[in-house]
Amino acid sequence: MNKWENNKAWFMVIPVFLVVAVSAILPLMTVVNYSVQDIFGPENRIFVATEWYKEVLTDQRLHDALSRQLLFSALVLLIEIPLGIIIALMMPKKGWGASLSLVLVALPLLIPWNVIGTIWIIFTRPDIGLFGAAINSMGIPFDHTAAPLDAWITVLLMEVWHWTPLVVLLAYAGLQAIPEAYFQAARIDGASTWATFRYIQLPKMRGVLTIAVLLRFMDSFLIYAEPFVLTGGGPGNSTTFLSIYLVKLAVGQFDLGPAAAFSIIYFLIVLLFCWLFYQALLKVGTGDKS
Amino acid sequence: MARIDLKSLAHSYLSNPDAEDDYALRKMDHVWEDGSAYALLGPSGCGKTTLLNIISGLVQPTDGQVLFDGKDVTALPPQERNIAQVFQFPVIYDTMSVYDNLAFPLRNRKLSESEIRERVNEVSEMLELSDVLHKRAANLSADAKQKISLGRGLVRSDVAAILFDEPLTVIDPHLKLLLRRKLKQIHARFNLTMVYVTHDQLEALTFADKVVVMNEGQVLQIGTPQDLFENPKHTFVGYFIGSPGMNIVPCQMQEGVASIGDLKIPVGKGSEALSGQFELGIRPEFLKLHAQEVDGSHLVTIKEVEDLGTCKVATVLLDGQILKVKLPEFLDVPVENIYLEFLPQWIRIYADGKLVETAPQAQARTEDAK
Repeated sequence: MNKWENNKAWFMVIPVFLVVAVSAILPLMTVVNYSVQDIFGPENRIFVATEWYKEVLTDQRLHDALSRQLLFSALVLLIEIPLGIIIALMMPKKGWGASLSLVLVALPLLIPWNVIGTIWIIFTRPDIGLFGAAINSMGIPFDHTAAPLDAWITVLLMEVWHWTPLVVLLAYAGLQAIPEAYFQAARIDGASTWATFRYIQLPKMRGVLTIAVLLRFMDSFLIYAEPFVLTGGGPGNSTTFLSIYLVKLAVGQFDLGPAAAFSIIYFLIVLLFCWLFYQALLKVGTGDKS
Repeated sequence: MARIDLKSLAHSYLSNPDAEDDYALRKMDHVWEDGSAYALLGPSGCGKTTLLNIISGLVQPTDGQVLFDGKDVTALPPQERNIAQVFQFPVIYDTMSVYDNLAFPLRNRKLSESEIRERVNEVSEMLELSDVLHKRAANLSADAKQKISLGRGLVRSDVAAILFDEPLTVIDPHLKLLLRRKLKQIHARFNLTMVYVTHDQLEALTFADKVVVMNEGQVLQIGTPQDLFENPKHTFVGYFIGSPGMNIVPCQMQEGVASIGDLKIPVGKGSEALSGQFELGIRPEFLKLHAQEVDGSHLVTIKEVEDLGTCKVATVLLDGQILKVKLPEFLDVPVENIYLEFLPQWIRIYADGKLVETAPQAQARTEDAK
């Protein structure tokens, strides 16, 4: 039977097509539109083909922003995933302690992103900030508005403080879902704490950790609000990540063409990395080498 | 291999138990012989898993002691007790191969790889896992996984007892039989003390040398399947073992005769001394239906006859009491004028649910021997 003959079925999927078209495809096409034309006004446009792409791909400042971004996301994953697992392992499993620790851990997630930036500006101020002043009083100069390294440390600390709780919650949920019999069997088999973690808890957390890695990668790769509020991309360009650079390009300099081409490339990079992570995490520990 | 002693053992999940009801396990004293297979049988929530976990050391008892071969192990953690436990849902280490799964308990105990290989090969051969030894355990069927978790117990040469917590629950019916036979073979070969928790009486009766019947945190009877069938020490045992279970009817005892309403049923020797309110118990197998009145029989009405394929079960009304009667499959049951006969040597008398010792039981046993 020919699948295409059942025409009525197509009417059933039209609403979904429309919603997806309006919410995702049409806006994306606008960006594509801008990325291949030089637009001065509604009636004044020139088709430039791949010119903007060439310009963007050879832009040294974009290369710098991209490598900064990759380094940042790598550090975020390297710190947040293990830290999140460790905290989740230490949290009480039941009783009032479990509820309390969940609420405490989740608190940073409830704060709006630009407020987070503001909190950390004050927190790390070398003169009155609790953190900044404490570090400085120990004789270590610390000023995120002047030293690039200090700015990086501050942005990283802020990111870790803000988003590790998400990893904790996911890992905690994964740990709670492991049936008690596994731990009992491990005790009977004489497994050490490390062996229990390595052969029971970690494999059983694979699903939630895949989600955690993907979410944390995407979010950190697209980070904008917090460093924008905290450092504005400085000092110099030292914390100018991709989003910040993109906004500078599009809003600051009104270079809509290159900005649109850049957006498309940005989108494809995120998509590519997510796909790679997903494929890798699906296979890890399953012995599937294909 | 070990003998297991439970000394005035009791357990409560509450921190400050005082009433009897607070205890998941009421105080008990038992000795479980070395090399025997025991089944813990009882309805859900009767405390059988708690008892099992106390023996394995996963749960610390509130009171009392657990002794293995006379040595007090109450305070020892599970890994130092030399026991193996198989759980309801197969526990395997997902990321490991079958071989590594079986080797895991030995590696944790720092045995040499050559020793491990020898043990694992031996056990995998016995459990028929040799073909899949280098496959990943996660991809196997539930029964193979359950064999692996059993194998992790068997590889340890020092194992004192193997404990099973409803291990066949998730196994397909046709594989259950095979796996149960495997367990019996292993028991015969290694002469291990085995404790098997189940709520399925068929499983318990076919697996065990001795069945421990539990209800509401108490051990009601420990006996061979035949014992439990013929001489239930408690009405619960009578009712729980057997299909359908024992008929329990309130009766008045006087001079060796039980009265159910106006009907007189002779109970036989040994019961003459009893007088007052008791319960009469008789298995459906030991009730007979007759088309004519015979000595000591009573007119009954038939409510229903169920055909179970290999036999029939009739539900009859005797002076307002409902009784089940087991009949041969080929027997046609007439609808009216039916007389019910109690086989006196199989009548058991209970007071407060507990068996009252009377002579007919001894008599029945000697008759059986003939």
